[in-house]
Amino acid sequence: MESALTLDHFLIVSGFLFAIGLAGVLVRRNIIVIFMCLELMLSAANLTLVAFSRFNVHEGQPSYEGHVLLFFIITVAAAEVAVGLAIIVALYRSRETTDVGKLNTMKN
Amino acid sequence: MDVTTIAWTVLLLPLIVAVSILLGLKRWSGLASLVSTGSAFITLFLCIRLAGGGDDLEAASFSWINMGDALQIDIGLVLDDLSRGMMLIVTSIGFLVHLFSLAYMKDDAGKSRYFAGLSLFMFSMTGIVLADNFIMMFIFWELVGVSSYILIGHWFEKDSAADAAKKAFLTNRIGDFGFMIGILLVWTLTGSIYFNEIAAAVGGVENAKLLNIAVFCVFCGAIGKSAQLPLHVWLPDAMEGPTPVSALIHAATMVAAGVFMLARVTFLVESAEMAATVIAWIGAITALVAALMALQQNDIKRILAYSTLSQLGYMIMAQGVHHGSDAGMFHLYTHAFFKALLFLGSGAVIYACHHEQDIWKMGGLRKKMPITFITFAIGTAALIAVPFTSGFWSKEAILEAAHHEHLWGPYTLAIIVAFLTPFYMTRLVIVAFFGKNRSDNADHAKEVGPIMWVPLALLAFMAVFSAYDFLTGPLMANGHADIGHLIGHFGLTATLSLTGLVVGVSAAIYFYKGKDKDPISIPAFADRFYIDEIYEKLIAIFQDGASKVCDLLDRYFIDPIVARFPAMTAMTTGSILRIFQMGNVQTYAFMFSIAVVALIVFLIS
Repeated sequence: MESALTLDHFLIVSGFLFAIGLAGVLVRRNIIVIFMCLELMLSAANLTLVAFSRFNVHEGQPSYEGHVLLFFIITVAAAEVAVGLAIIVALYRSRETTDVGKLNTMKN
Repeated sequence: MDVTTIAWTVLLLPLIVAVSILLGLKRWSGLASLVSTGSAFITLFLCIRLAGGGDDLEAASFSWINMGDALQIDIGLVLDDLSRGMMLIVTSIGFLVHLFSLAYMKDDAGKSRYFAGLSLFMFSMTGIVLADNFIMMFIFWELVGVSSYILIGHWFEKDSAADAAKKAFLTNRIGDFGFMIGILLVWTLTGSIYFNEIAAAVGGVENAKLLNIAVFCVFCGAIGKSAQLPLHVWLPDAMEGPTPVSALIHAATMVAAGVFMLARVTFLVESAEMAATVIAWIGAITALVAALMALQQNDIKRILAYSTLSQLGYMIMAQGVHHGSDAGMFHLYTHAFFKALLFLGSGAVIYACHHEQDIWKMGGLRKKMPITFITFAIGTAALIAVPFTSGFWSKEAILEAAHHEHLWGPYTLAIIVAFLTPFYMTRLVIVAFFGKNRSDNADHAKEVGPIMWVPLALLAFMAVFSAYDFLTGPLMANGHADIGHLIGHFGLTATLSLTGLVVGVSAAIYFYKGKDKDPISIPAFADRFYIDEIYEKLIAIFQDGASKVCDLLDRYFIDPIVARFPAMTAMTTGSILRIFQMGNVQTYAFMFSIAVVALIVFLIS
């Protein structure tokens, strides 16, 4: 089992996840979807972190430091999501739209 | 109190009074005037104590600017015969003028402001007299300028007074600029700003040319403050101020500050021969020109103002004469009393005639105001150098000094002035005090009260006797009446000046007795040789020229290159950069990702 899954597999998956997320951020119009895609990109980065940590074998034992760090990242990300959603709600209340194409008043 | 404490009290008391009047006592103008007069009395009393004698003293000083060896400026007081004598003049006339003002300014709305100004002036003048270095003297030099400005412009709601104050201040600026350069030059040459150190070092100065220039620049300060040609124009206009101010500042003390300053640095003047000659000539020319102008004036105060100019010319001339400095100070001292007397007398006349200043609208005041007339006549006698009055002795001393040094040019001019002075002063007395009343104001005039005539009487006493030993001794004047010497050496000078007196007085009596209007008309004299007009034109030309140049610079240099070019650059750059700011979040994100990818590619490869 161990030998079947290598670091490359994980990196490929996370690369795909990141690409999907980036594509979503770039092409989708709905700000909530963009926000979710951002989270997807974050998850891809997290996956890379954990994978590197898991395959960093030292004297027969894998390192778990990445896993520990991940919990902190997820916690902070949860807080960030709360703030982000709050901003989106406030934005929607004042503009009555979630279309980023129409949120362009910073121009000029 | 020891001498140091007294000296500092004399300096600081008037300042404290001036500040307290401005800060608190302003509302109670009666109290303010009494406090100010009281302080003048106390300083007079202290100065009499100081004059009692004692050694020369470099009184305690405190360091004001200390930059190591490079520059050290102390605020220090020096007490010697010169400053003691001058302090007595300043405080005694100052006190009498305060007293006179109590009556003269009784109903003035700005009474407390006026007395605060007087006290400020007393402080500044004391500072000049007691200063032991050039910088300190310069500071107080400027302060008397400020107080003079305040007092000339006391009735600032009158345009003429406001203009006169401005004119006095600005004209003095020119002289003071020269004075400042002179101080810096002297400092460069001798390495010190202290009078005693300069006196010691001046002998070792090798660059005689620069020393002459330095002394001349220092003299520029005196030209401005003592109103010598060509900066004399401010003094006659300064008569717009209240008359007691004219007596104190513009006749007796402040305008004499230039003479005092030159006397303080006699060692400098004597070491610079060229500059000394220039000083003597400028003094003599001023004396003559001012006397000519005085011949045709009709305003009582202006006649006195021009005679002040003329007498200041004498004093300045004496400063330029080798060994003449003492004679100049002697004349300063006697002149201070009789000119203050004449001005206060004219103040009494003006007060009695309801602010009428034209002598042709007075007349016959001799009977209406006997005390004023007698004291005024005594002052006139001293001014025109009637023998045995104080003015006679001091003027003789100056003429003798010039004669002794064979300075024939200035001497001749000074002798001519000795013919003119009796003429215009007799004219003034005859027209104003004799004949019949020529206006209602003169008709209703009556004698002034004792607060006014007591100072007049005291000054009249001084005008006659201030030259004699029993007064010059304690007053530390630099000369005295010497009857034995006069009779023993009765020479050219005495003969000429006595002739001048007789000729001048009789000519004036001949021309003006019983006249109702001026029988002589010389427009050039009456219009002051058109000097004011010429200055006005010149200033206008220069101002227009300067403003044209500024306009061209502004239009063709500053506007396009300094202002428009940067503006255009910023605008162009901005509009180019704007293209990338389309306000769409996703475009930004797209550019950002491309940049990141490019960066990674760049780093890896």
